[in-house]
Amino acid sequence: MSLRQALESGKFVVTAEVAPGKGTDVEHLLEEAAVIKERVDAVNVTDLQSSVMRLGSMAFSHFLTEIGIDPVYQVTCRDRNCLALQSDLLSGWALGIKNVLALTGDHPVLGDHPKARPVFELDSVSLLDVIGKLNSGVDMAGNELKGAPDFLPGAVVNPGADNEAALDLQIMKLEKKVEAGAKFIQTQGVYDLDTFEKFMKRIEGLDTKVLGGIILLKSVGMARFMNKNVSGVFVPEPLIQEIKAAEDKAQASKDIAVRLIKGMKDLCDGVHIMALGWESKIPAILDEVGL
Amino acid sequence: MIIAEQKPLEEIQDMVAPYQKILLVGCGSCMTFCSAGGSEEVNKLADALVSENKNMGIKKTTTPRQCAGKFIKRLEDKIGDCEAILSMACGNGVQAVASRFPEKPVLPALNTQFIGIKEEPGVWTEMCMACGDCILWKTGGICPVTRCAKSLVNGACGGASEGKCEVSKDRPCAWQEIYHALKRLNMLHYLKEKPQVKEWPIHPGRVVREDLREAEAE
Repeated sequence: MSLRQALESGKFVVTAEVAPGKGTDVEHLLEEAAVIKERVDAVNVTDLQSSVMRLGSMAFSHFLTEIGIDPVYQVTCRDRNCLALQSDLLSGWALGIKNVLALTGDHPVLGDHPKARPVFELDSVSLLDVIGKLNSGVDMAGNELKGAPDFLPGAVVNPGADNEAALDLQIMKLEKKVEAGAKFIQTQGVYDLDTFEKFMKRIEGLDTKVLGGIILLKSVGMARFMNKNVSGVFVPEPLIQEIKAAEDKAQASKDIAVRLIKGMKDLCDGVHIMALGWESKIPAILDEVGL
Repeated sequence: MIIAEQKPLEEIQDMVAPYQKILLVGCGSCMTFCSAGGSEEVNKLADALVSENKNMGIKKTTTPRQCAGKFIKRLEDKIGDCEAILSMACGNGVQAVASRFPEKPVLPALNTQFIGIKEEPGVWTEMCMACGDCILWKTGGICPVTRCAKSLVNGACGGASEGKCEVSKDRPCAWQEIYHALKRLNMLHYLKEKPQVKEWPIHPGRVVREDLREAEAE
């Protein structure tokens, strides 16, 4: 079943995420993806996440199609102007990619080439607009395409924005994204179900599918790092203590993910699990939540 | 105004090394206001260059504006036997002087930074990128093209933390500032407009005013 079919079927959808590495070695990552192949509806491929130069998301998305996984091709606006973005989208479709996640992208200054020139000619919203145009058979300039894609466009939102202005801005932008054609939304990692529930109430009636973000907590250090450095991610202290006190950290991490996913089942349309190398732990988590 | 900073002294010394005698020219407008190239800085730079090289002959002057032909013309009387002109103008002024004196090397003593304002003593902030299509009326008087690190025009990215930009904790998120300004002005509806794609100008820019050309011709 493709991601599109899964979303349309009304089932509780599960997506995961892989990040190509720095270099041409893809075998290891493909093996990790293969482990979850039968358990998830799609696998996102990140586009130079955190602005670190890596192997590209289009190539790896294509490799996923070859092993029977429906990829979500992540496309950011950081590195490419509108010519390159449109061309890459057409190329991606020609290579068998059906789903695109439109993101603005991190600033290059956060990555390992901090002096790289940022582009940001388009942003997440205008990129969705462009995907819609390509889907309808014309490019941004209104020229007709000979053979058009039929992408399933998606976008992201940060439900944990840390103040009223930031959250209002997130929601206004989310509304624009849905209006521009985003059929599914994957959220930033969620650790606090109350905050997430309030967020879902606020966007009630928005015509899109929301997949709640789950980031597997690998350690206390990681939790503290995210609290300090990752916008919109907040790991509450009790969860940090739970990991700290646990003899088996992996088990504690799994328990937390299970609780969060169970809690999300009644709140949204699916989950997006970011395992950060712990893909092998995903099947057991899904077993426990009955997915 | 245009904001600039003086280049490192070593770089300026490298530039002037081939010459025995130079004309050092300050600018009485922006460069004076941003304390980068006014008469005060002309004196300081001349002293610094001479203290490093006693044989250096430096003739000093400051024009009201180095980007205006009538003021540049006045330099003709001053240049004498100077082999090069060291300009303490912005890049605009340096080029204007260079085009007037094609036989002389014109050297920039400053690095031009941006169009901006003085935020507090010793601190300047960029405000305008001269993008050619001003939207300040819809953004509460705060320019996202300049003050958002990504020049986003359709609203905030998700990168801000505690009201600060993901690029640096000492920069406010321009979109949160815009949000507060529009809320105060009861104009939040501007944030809900259809997505725009910013059209960037083709460089070099050129403004042609037919009305003025015709008036001059008559």
